[in-house]
Amino acid sequence: MTDSVYQMIARAQAEYARCIDDDRLEDWPDHFHGSCIYKITTAANHREGLEGAIIFANSKGMLRDRVSALRDANIYERQSYRHILGQPSILHESGSEVRSETSFLVARIVQDGDTDIFATGRYLDLYKIEEGKVRLNERIVVCDSSRIDTLMALPL
Amino acid sequence: MLHETHELRPAETLTRVPYWVFQTAETYRQEQERIFQGPSWHYLALDVELPEAGDFRTTRIGDTPVVVTRDNDGEIYAFENRCAHRGALICLDSHGKGKKDFSCVYHAWTYDRQGNLKGIAFKDGVKGKGGMPESFRMEDHGPRKLRIAILHGLIFGSFSEEVPPIEEYLGDEISSRIERVLGGRKPVVLGRVTQVLPNNWKLYMENVKDSYHASILHLFFTTFELNRLSQKGAIIVDESGGHHVSYSAIDTAAEKDAEYAKQQLRSESQYKLADPSLLQGFDEYHDGVTLQILSVFPTFVLQQIQNAIAVRQIVPRAIDKTDLNWTYLGFADDTPEQRLTRLKQNNLVGPAGYISMEDGCVGGFVQRGIAGASEQEAILEMGGSGAQSSESRVTEASVRGFWKAYRSQMGM
Repeated sequence: MTDSVYQMIARAQAEYARCIDDDRLEDWPDHFHGSCIYKITTAANHREGLEGAIIFANSKGMLRDRVSALRDANIYERQSYRHILGQPSILHESGSEVRSETSFLVARIVQDGDTDIFATGRYLDLYKIEEGKVRLNERIVVCDSSRIDTLMALPL
Repeated sequence: MLHETHELRPAETLTRVPYWVFQTAETYRQEQERIFQGPSWHYLALDVELPEAGDFRTTRIGDTPVVVTRDNDGEIYAFENRCAHRGALICLDSHGKGKKDFSCVYHAWTYDRQGNLKGIAFKDGVKGKGGMPESFRMEDHGPRKLRIAILHGLIFGSFSEEVPPIEEYLGDEISSRIERVLGGRKPVVLGRVTQVLPNNWKLYMENVKDSYHASILHLFFTTFELNRLSQKGAIIVDESGGHHVSYSAIDTAAEKDAEYAKQQLRSESQYKLADPSLLQGFDEYHDGVTLQILSVFPTFVLQQIQNAIAVRQIVPRAIDKTDLNWTYLGFADDTPEQRLTRLKQNNLVGPAGYISMEDGCVGGFVQRGIAGASEQEAILEMGGSGAQSSESRVTEASVRGFWKAYRSQMGM
């Protein structure tokens, strides 16, 4: 039985979230195609059409650099995320490309044990399905709030 | 939270900072009165954020909410966001356009764009009954108005009649360094975000002024030669101590020196980028300066890190909580390539910035570290005890400068 597009997207979303939450950040760039856009912004910026972002990458290399900086360069207290994802809405299908939108809630667990809601928002995604593999051409992470507590180390 | 009153010891030295200044409610209260409502200039918004009459933005000076507007005469006005009647916010939106007047939702007391009280609902009562007394004069009541100064597109406001004109407040050296970045140019807002810092506002301002930490805490900075203490560069501290510039320029002729390696600092590593286009900027200022961090007392920062330009507004929210409002900038004449460069280099700054995320947490490390040590003191002796400009950036002169201006305004 072959998966429907919906199932393929849902599975890709789940794997993406597990990858970050399980601290397998080195695998995170592999959810993207080589030429890609990954951006974290706020709902206010998105609504006003402002391009500036909290994180902006337009290559898989930049995603890898984000991971190596987190591992080797940047200083932040040990922390982890727990992503809770909504059901993906398939907005548009065109050949091998699929546009979808998925809501998320991310709790952040810091080393002293506090768990707080760190971010809520939605993923605006452009997936490309190649040889049965689903990867992102574009992921715009739109955070509902414009306020970020302390710092944003791990990707959303 | 500590409630007791402390006496700052005589300021014969700027090299010690007692930790209670970051902890007590009384200090926070006095700062609101003597600094935020005192003789200081406070960044409010950019001129380009209010291009037309009827445009408005709300912001804060310390705890005090403020409305900034542009009126038909083309001038910028600002007034306290507090209804003269019962004190409710007059304007609830963060920004907007085409506003003819501001009407308080509580009892519809209405203000013009300059903050003048122009209307009171049921002022004359209903059917000759009720209403305000005849003696009540609307022109005698209204939210406090701010003095406004605009410098190279930056709008500053002050509650004080005593504060000197902005050019005099800043001095020539600081003003000219603002002009270097913004003079004659039309900025474009690329984005905004607020970073909520878990610490007292002064710990962030100390951090901004601390050129000593930059190449030690921020590995990313150092390894890519965006900033090394051994580079060409200097710090400028103005006469008051409160404003500073720290800058550096890549000295291509100089060989890599071994000072860092000798000291075995964490900063020396073999970190390489998979996509080095992040750091491939364009020559914007033709003076070789790749980094210029400028602060205006008490709570404004203008940043140029390569082509990442931003203004930062610091707003205290509580003794141990501070909003850091980032506004990322480009310019109207940017080419698409230049714009893309800025978007990429903004990865260096902000809440997820390669070279600024640590600044978001290090203030919290201090706030937590000093929790039981109100009577202990921080040491600021790097580079001596003065608060003067310096060719060396291995100095805490501009941090001492902050405390010089702070003590002066607080009457300590």
